[in-house]
Amino acid sequence: MSLDLLTYLFIGGSFVLYIGIAIWARAGSTKEFYVAGGGVHPIANGMATAADWMSAASFISLAGLVSFIGRDGAAYLMGWTGGYVLLAMLLAPYLRKFGKFTIPDFVGDRYYSQTARLIAIICTIVISFTYVAGQMRGVGIVFSRYLHVDINTGVVIGMAIVFFYAVLGGMKGITYTQVAQYCVLILAFMVPAIFMSMQVTGHFLPQVGLGATLDSGLSVLATLDKLSIDLGFAEYTAGKKSTVDIFCLTAALMAGTAGLPHVIVRFFTVPRVKDARTSAGWALIFIAILYTTVPGVAGFGRVNLIQTINGVDNAGTSYETMPTWFKNWENAGLLGWKDYNGDGKVQYAAGAAFDGSKGKPAFDGDARGEHGERAVTNAYANPTAKPGVPFANEVYVDRDIMVLANPEIAQLPNWVIALVAAGAVAAALSTAAGLLLVISTAIAHDLMKTIINPKISEKQELMYARMAAVVAICIAGYFGINPPGFVAQVVALAFGLASSSVFPVIVMGIFNKRMNKEGAIAGMCVGLGSTMAYMIYFTFMGGDKADLFLGISTGGFGAVGMVLNFIVAYVVSMMTPPPPAEIQDIVENIRVPRGAGEAHAH
Amino acid sequence: MSTQDNASAYWSENLRIITTYLSVWFVVSYVCGILLVDSLDAIPFFGFPLGFWIAQQGAIFIYVGLIWMYVSSMNKLDEKYDVHE
Repeated sequence: MSLDLLTYLFIGGSFVLYIGIAIWARAGSTKEFYVAGGGVHPIANGMATAADWMSAASFISLAGLVSFIGRDGAAYLMGWTGGYVLLAMLLAPYLRKFGKFTIPDFVGDRYYSQTARLIAIICTIVISFTYVAGQMRGVGIVFSRYLHVDINTGVVIGMAIVFFYAVLGGMKGITYTQVAQYCVLILAFMVPAIFMSMQVTGHFLPQVGLGATLDSGLSVLATLDKLSIDLGFAEYTAGKKSTVDIFCLTAALMAGTAGLPHVIVRFFTVPRVKDARTSAGWALIFIAILYTTVPGVAGFGRVNLIQTINGVDNAGTSYETMPTWFKNWENAGLLGWKDYNGDGKVQYAAGAAFDGSKGKPAFDGDARGEHGERAVTNAYANPTAKPGVPFANEVYVDRDIMVLANPEIAQLPNWVIALVAAGAVAAALSTAAGLLLVISTAIAHDLMKTIINPKISEKQELMYARMAAVVAICIAGYFGINPPGFVAQVVALAFGLASSSVFPVIVMGIFNKRMNKEGAIAGMCVGLGSTMAYMIYFTFMGGDKADLFLGISTGGFGAVGMVLNFIVAYVVSMMTPPPPAEIQDIVENIRVPRGAGEAHAH
Repeated sequence: MSTQDNASAYWSENLRIITTYLSVWFVVSYVCGILLVDSLDAIPFFGFPLGFWIAQQGAIFIYVGLIWMYVSSMNKLDEKYDVHE
């Protein structure tokens, strides 16, 4: 069967499955809409959390990122999994015992303040919107590459599907679709990874395969180190960023992960406090299956990529004999080649191949060069090879294509390629749906029902929630079609916000009975303000990298913002009156599991 | 023992459990995975440099273990103080 037909079958089949589940699990009450009725089994919730959490970034981008930056990629691997330890021990059980629907519920009630509630609502909405834009883009890329529709049509199809099950099914529909989506995405990630591990090393498990010794007598990692040095890259297994930067980045990602609203809200859906803990354990197992495979995929992918492009003799491969995947991704605009040394061969080495931001090529429409390659308008006039490297870099390879192109580079059967496409779509849609639900809950429940008009009936509230979901989907779709040119930076902002505001304010609310509203509000404002100011100054206002605080990059500053939040909140709370007795009773109460009952409305 | 005393004894044991597990979490991620990673890389571990392996894979396995040990410690603690559901 042809690849196109298979891809249509796999993606179409998965859509039918999701829609079927959505119809079976429609929501009838606000409780079903917000927390799936509060009766989800911990294993099912663990899978749903894993699918919710593993976005297009985890599925499509992470292995590519690790592949290109080597050991420093550990900050993402540890940051995005270690956060679950914090979530399980510091947040999930207590928030479940608290037993409302949302983060603003907790912040507003615990700090007896509508101002604190409003800040929490704004954080929730900003974090979720920045995140969702990237997901819609991911759907668009997959559709445009595999189904030959343009990116915009792809985004619209993705919107329609999410619309169907998020608006109709609410949390209940989303939970059970996410269980199915987890199965699709993990299969799609593992099958090619196992194939590649078998091909490269003969080991079945990619986790073990990465440490294996190749026929050449060198281990995979030693081979990567050698290839990297030969081509002028830094050693694969050595760190490049400063230790303090990696430390802060890891801390910000961990606290950010634990503070992301769409992840936290999943723990409101289980029946008991005990289940919230167990569920975090299951979620991390399901996530770890993918995350521990990533280093293998990154390593094998990099070896395959370098050896395919440069050939075994490290002299390059002529463009005419390049495999089809190279040309396909070139047509999709994510690869580019310029024959600097005029030998007709494609050669890959360290350094930017083109004079653009991050070395990206600017294509001259559909014009072609003498070998049939896409013509590029921003080639360098006199590119120089790095010392000791026989040629200058001629290729731009977008990091995001690694996972999607891996099966083609490794010449796996067509059904594997189709499966990967379906998996990428599942990863993007499941996360998008979770985020959209959080946005609609924040608007209907926290803003309309709790702050603006507490008198609305449950039916009206449900209607507002659905309307808010519709508006949110349209806005998300708009960002998918017209992506801001800085999606990656914006996602860093989402983690920065979560780690510098949401995470500390909840932890203090549980572990410090003396914490009052003055302290919490001051802490959130300082944490949020400093983090946003730092990121905006260095990302958008052209701040000089030499002025970075201790050399900490914008992605890691959330950790500093978090520390500032804790300090300011503590000092301010000590100078102001303690919270009222009934608030202290709430804190006493959430610390003890018994009596959690069901997640309840006001 | 009054309910109040019971609750505060439960809470301080809970804090001790969390502190123990989070110390392991910190040592694995930040001390072994980041601060001492270069020194640990000198030790070979099934074909990996040890520091690299902990930072990219080992830490994740340990996180999974930590959460499940925490789950079982807390279940026992809930029974002990009779606050389970």
